Amino acid sequence: MSVAQTEPVLKETTREIVTAWERTTSSRRLYTVIGLILIAIGFVGSVQYADEANAGHFFERLPHLFDFLQWLIPSDWTDVWRALFDRASPLDNGSEAYDFAAGRVYVWGDFYIPEYFELMITTLNIAVLSTIFGFLIAVPLAFLSARNITPSPAIRFGARRVCEFLRAFPELVFAGLFAAVLSAGPVPAIAAILLHTIGALGKLFYEIIENIDMKPDEGVQSVGGTRLERIRFAAMPQVLPNLISYGLLRLEINVRASTIIGAVGGGGIGEELRLAISRGFGAKTLALLLLLFLTIIAVDQLSAWMRKKLVGEHQFLLAH
Amino acid sequence: MTMINTFDRRDIEARFPELLHRTRWQRFGTPLVIIGTLLYVLYAVWFFNLPKLVAEAHWERFGINLLQWVSYDVQPQFRVKDNGTIDIRYPRFSVLGDDPKQPAWIKTETDGSYTIDIGGGVHIGRTETVVTAHGTSVTIKTAGDVPTVVGAPPAWVGVAPDNVQVDLGLSGRLSIDANRVKVVKRFFGWPNFIFDPTSPFFGKPTGEVVSLIVSGDRIDPSQSNLSLAFDNFWNNMTWQHGDVWTKLFQTIVMAFLGTLLGAIVGFPLAFLAARNITRNRLLNSTLKRFFDFMRSVDMLIWGLFLTRAFGPGPLSGSGAIFLMEVGSLGKLYAEALENIDNKPREGIRSVGASPIAVQRYGVLPQVMPVFAGQTLYQWESNIRGATIIGAIGAGGIGLKIWEAMRTNDNWQNVAYMVLLLLIVVYFFDMVSNKLRSAIVGEKLI
Repeated sequence: MSVAQTEPVLKETTREIVTAWERTTSSRRLYTVIGLILIAIGFVGSVQYADEANAGHFFERLPHLFDFLQWLIPSDWTDVWRALFDRASPLDNGSEAYDFAAGRVYVWGDFYIPEYFELMITTLNIAVLSTIFGFLIAVPLAFLSARNITPSPAIRFGARRVCEFLRAFPELVFAGLFAAVLSAGPVPAIAAILLHTIGALGKLFYEIIENIDMKPDEGVQSVGGTRLERIRFAAMPQVLPNLISYGLLRLEINVRASTIIGAVGGGGIGEELRLAISRGFGAKTLALLLLLFLTIIAVDQLSAWMRKKLVGEHQFLLAH
Repeated sequence: MTMINTFDRRDIEARFPELLHRTRWQRFGTPLVIIGTLLYVLYAVWFFNLPKLVAEAHWERFGINLLQWVSYDVQPQFRVKDNGTIDIRYPRFSVLGDDPKQPAWIKTETDGSYTIDIGGGVHIGRTETVVTAHGTSVTIKTAGDVPTVVGAPPAWVGVAPDNVQVDLGLSGRLSIDANRVKVVKRFFGWPNFIFDPTSPFFGKPTGEVVSLIVSGDRIDPSQSNLSLAFDNFWNNMTWQHGDVWTKLFQTIVMAFLGTLLGAIVGFPLAFLAARNITRNRLLNSTLKRFFDFMRSVDMLIWGLFLTRAFGPGPLSGSGAIFLMEVGSLGKLYAEALENIDNKPREGIRSVGASPIAVQRYGVLPQVMPVFAGQTLYQWESNIRGATIIGAIGAGGIGLKIWEAMRTNDNWQNVAYMVLLLLIVVYFFDMVSNKLRSAIVGEKLI
């Protein structure tokens, strides 16, 4: 970049602006440098700490990183399809690694749903059901938390704390608590994800509701609308597309969450995947991964398409 | 609300036809979606067999578990020996220690019987036990082959052929056999939170412990009392403070490291993936699919594979978060880059700046606040995520919580860990909000 050789002659006031600008940028640079140094120290420290605390160390295990791929590669690639669709395997020697046909879920005569599809449906149902109920509970909770809708500070305070608490509370513990009540299985997972969803969506929703245009609300109020009518005719039309869009985003997150909760004892495909990986069943693992991966992509794409329909080219937001 | 009359309606119809003549989707879409959702819910209720499960649920366990979060019980057992004396025994691992002194709530009477401060008072004698609660007294004879209740037993006394159960509500219960009374007295709070019964400081009042630490003789000649006290606290057998805090720290480190690495790797990739920065469609879409892939595989699967490769621990957890964050942050960064204003870049290019300088001065100032905000947000939410993947062995406090829950009688420890975790989550929520509003200004995401 070529720079002018001579300093331009500045007026006294302009020079003041220039020096003020230089002062602020230099202090900002200082903050940036300090911030970067802190991050670097934290980074090096945590790499060492994580490596020391781990069972196997990074550089020691690195050459063996792909060892586990050996068991993952099946001796017969068509076995992946057989595992996916529960066809009997020619390698079946009675061990669990190849008992594909044993998991069939018969529905009608000889017609069966392959085990993994059934598990995937369970996981999906956990996610969808908890998202629907979470959405339905989060909306009224969000209206109770919104400053422009609920005038009472006490109610607002209560509703917000409920949201924050449900959001921050670990899902794992919700699942454990409900597993004691409802016996282990998919239903505690639903309860856990549902409660977390209420908190997460409630918090997002009230922020959206607080940002609405209040003129329609004044209009409804001016013709004597009750609070419910104000919500229904003034607030809802403004926020509903956004709310549903966030609900769909939550659905994407919940599909992943229900897989994870499944892996720690909530049933569904997560548990099967954890078992398959920890026991080293190559064909089964690949079949499960394929199914899970395709499902997650399908849900993400469907939800992205619907969100685009609802709110147009919305920015990509992550909301946990 | 006020109704409009026909003329007004016609007038509105003439001016805004689209309000009253709506498309089929606008008219029937909403009811269809509602009906569809209802049908789905019915299906799901059938699928999970919810009515049966809810009917058979043990809701009382919910209360019991929650009670265990904040309370504990002491279970002395009174046995009438053949020579007529009554002796007290405590189960192993009692919170009072292996060889406890008689607590103040058990009083020895002059005739060798005992009075226990539980409910309205329980008196355990050689031949009978008198329970006072809910305003009445019930006498249970314990001398025969089976315990017998004198008179009609009230609702809170359950009689089985060879055993009588007395329910004293929140304060505890009694289980009475012939010649033996088992008392379960419930206390609120967390017992032995600082020192466990094996510690030399156990059971000493605070003042004595402080004076021992400050000026007492060394209890263990090899170390000072302060370090002994800290050691006893840190390795407290019931609460395992040291282990819990270490694991909690691991969870925070996992989230920090994973997110930071994800940001470092995602940052340059996002520039290559953004359509308006790198004009190579093939590269753009390949990278975007790569981001989608990393995100879709998800923390869980990465975690399962990495724990197999590196063994359980925070390294595997950080790796799992890192691999997923490359996808998430890469995608977020790329979309932020694609939404920038092009004019600053054109201006800098027009004065002949190098491509790097164009990015540095034309693009970075616009996106840096957005990047920082999104990264902080991800870090914060990854602390929560790291808790869960910990439970599959990827390091951190998750596994510890999960194990404590599985034994089903360590709910106090669960409560302790959840409390710490909530504090951490709230704290980082606050820090990240402060940092974000400092970097970005009030409003973003």
